[in-house]
Amino acid sequence: MQRIDATFDEGSFQELDIELRSLNPLDFPEYGEKLRAAEDKTGLCDSMVSGVARLTGYPVSVAVADFGFMGGSMGAVAGEKVARTLERAADQRIPAIIFCASGGARMQEGLLSLMQMAKTTAAVERCRRAGAPYFAVFTDPTMAGVLASYASVADVILSEPKALIGFAGARVSKQAGVSKVPDDFQTAEFVLSHGMIDRIVPRKEMRTTLATLARHFAAPVPAMSPVI
Amino acid sequence: MATNHSEWEKPLRELEEGIEKLKDVARREQDVAKREALDARIAEFEQRRDRYIEVMYANLGPWEKVLVARAQKRPYTLDYIQAMFTDFVELEGDRLGFADHAIVGGPAALDGVPVMVVGHQKGRNIQERQLRNFGMAKPEGYRKAIRLYDMAERFKLPVITFVDTPAADPGVESETRGISEAIAASMLKMFDLTVPVVSVVIGEGGSGGAIGIAASNRVLMQEHAVYSVIPPEGCAAILWRMPERASDAAKALQLTAQSALELGLIDEIVPEPKGGAHRDPAEAAAGVKDAIQRNLAAISCLSADEVREDRYEKFRRMGLFESLVEPTSSSATSGTG
Repeated sequence: MQRIDATFDEGSFQELDIELRSLNPLDFPEYGEKLRAAEDKTGLCDSMVSGVARLTGYPVSVAVADFGFMGGSMGAVAGEKVARTLERAADQRIPAIIFCASGGARMQEGLLSLMQMAKTTAAVERCRRAGAPYFAVFTDPTMAGVLASYASVADVILSEPKALIGFAGARVSKQAGVSKVPDDFQTAEFVLSHGMIDRIVPRKEMRTTLATLARHFAAPVPAMSPVI
Repeated sequence: MATNHSEWEKPLRELEEGIEKLKDVARREQDVAKREALDARIAEFEQRRDRYIEVMYANLGPWEKVLVARAQKRPYTLDYIQAMFTDFVELEGDRLGFADHAIVGGPAALDGVPVMVVGHQKGRNIQERQLRNFGMAKPEGYRKAIRLYDMAERFKLPVITFVDTPAADPGVESETRGISEAIAASMLKMFDLTVPVVSVVIGEGGSGGAIGIAASNRVLMQEHAVYSVIPPEGCAAILWRMPERASDAAKALQLTAQSALELGLIDEIVPEPKGGAHRDPAEAAAGVKDAIQRNLAAISCLSADEVREDRYEKFRRMGLFESLVEPTSSSATSGTG
C-alpha cells in the first residue's frame, strides 16, 4: 500500500496476521458477496493491513486501514489486527502507529463488530500500561465506531488535511433531526480547533513527524548496570 | 408492522380496559346473583388476558423485542436503583463545565455494601424526555461516568452499570465537545479498573452509546432487552434504503439477548416477569438484583490484577473469524487464534 511505502523505511514493512479472514457469522444478507467483491477490488483480505516496520531505523508496530475495502469498516478481523498491533507494541515496548480510515463498525457482523470497539480499546489500555507510545493518524474519513474507540485514545493524534472526522454520519444525523451545522463541521480543521486532535500534518511531512515523535516517546532502553 | 410498543399491545390494553369497566359495574351491582355472574365473566376475561400475554410474549420476534425494550412503561435505571439499593446519592458534575442528565450515577448500598452505580436514564413524559435527551448521553455524561469510575477505584467500590440508550447523542454540540473521545475514554477507564464491574442491559443497548459504559467483567441482559451495533431503522435505511423494513433488519442484526448469549458476547440472561418487566417492576428488579449479586460474588474471589485481566481476556476473545494457518486448517476459530 502506498501509505506504507511513503511512511516507513524502504522495504522494512513485514505484513503479519495475513491468515485472518472474515466470516459471515450472522449469515447477514449479501455480506459474503460484499466481502468477495471487496477482495477482488482491493486485492486485500480485509479493511486493515498490519505488521511491523522500521521508521528511520526504529522498529514500530503498524496497522493501516483501507477505506476501499467495505468503507474501511471494522469487523472481527480488523478489530483483531488492531488489537494485535497494539499488543505487539506493548510486548516489545515499541511505538504503535495506526493509520485510520473507516466509516465505523461493520454492521454486517452485528454485535460482534460493536465488541471490537471494546476489544481494541482494551488493547490501547495495555499499551499504556506497558509504556509503549501509540500514535494515530486520521485519514479521510475516520468515523463512528472507529473514532469512538481505539482511534480517539491514542497518545498523539495526527490527521491528514481536510479529512472527514466525526461520530455520526450524515445519514444518522439526518434521521436524528440534526439540520444546521457549521461549514467546516466534522473536518480535521474543525476537530483540531476544538482540541480533539493534536496536529494536521500534510502527507509529505507525515514520515518525518512520526519519526520525530517516535524518537521523543520511544520507551527508554532499560538502564544498563554501570560497568565497574 | 407495529412501530411502537403501545400500538403492538393495543389489543391487550383494550382487553384490560374492558376488564376494568366490568369490575366497575360489578362493584356497583347490588343484586348478589347478578354480581356473581359478573365476577365469573371477569374471571373468564382475566384468564383470556393471561393466555393472551403468554402467547404474545412466548415467542417474541426480534422486532417485537425492540418494541418491548423501548416501551415507555418499562422500568428505567432510576426505577431499578430505587428498588434495589439504599442510600443512593446522585452525583451530577463532570467537573469540566457541563451537566448531563441522560447518564445518572453515584454511590449506593447493595444490601449494605457500598457500590458505585452508573446508568443511562430515559424520560417518560415530554419534559422528562427533554431533560434526559431521550436517554442519549452527551460527552459530559461519559466524562461524569469516568469520574465516578475513578472514585470507585480509589475507594474500592464495585461498579454496577445499567445500559438503556438508543444511541449516544449525535448532535453538533456533542461532536464539538468530542463525543467519540468521551465514549472511548470511558471504555479505556473501565479497562483500567481493578474493582469488579457488572453491567445489565435493561432496555436498549444502542451501539457506541451502550458499549461506552459496558466494558465490564460481566455483562447481563434482561430477557427482552436488545443490544445492537446500529438501530434497525438505520440498518434498513442503509441496506434497502427503506427504514420501514426495520423488522427485517432487526432479524438480520440478531440483536436479542438470546442471540448475544449464543454468540458468547454476554454472560447471562435475566428472566423477566410474565409479559415483560413493565408488568411487574418489583419482580423484575428482584431478578436483576439477584443476578448482579451472584455475578459480583463470582468475581470477588479474584485479586485486583486478576479482575483487570479477567475483563481484558473477556473482550479480547470476542470476534469470529477464520484463521487459515490453524492446525485444524480452515475451520472457524474464535478469539485470539
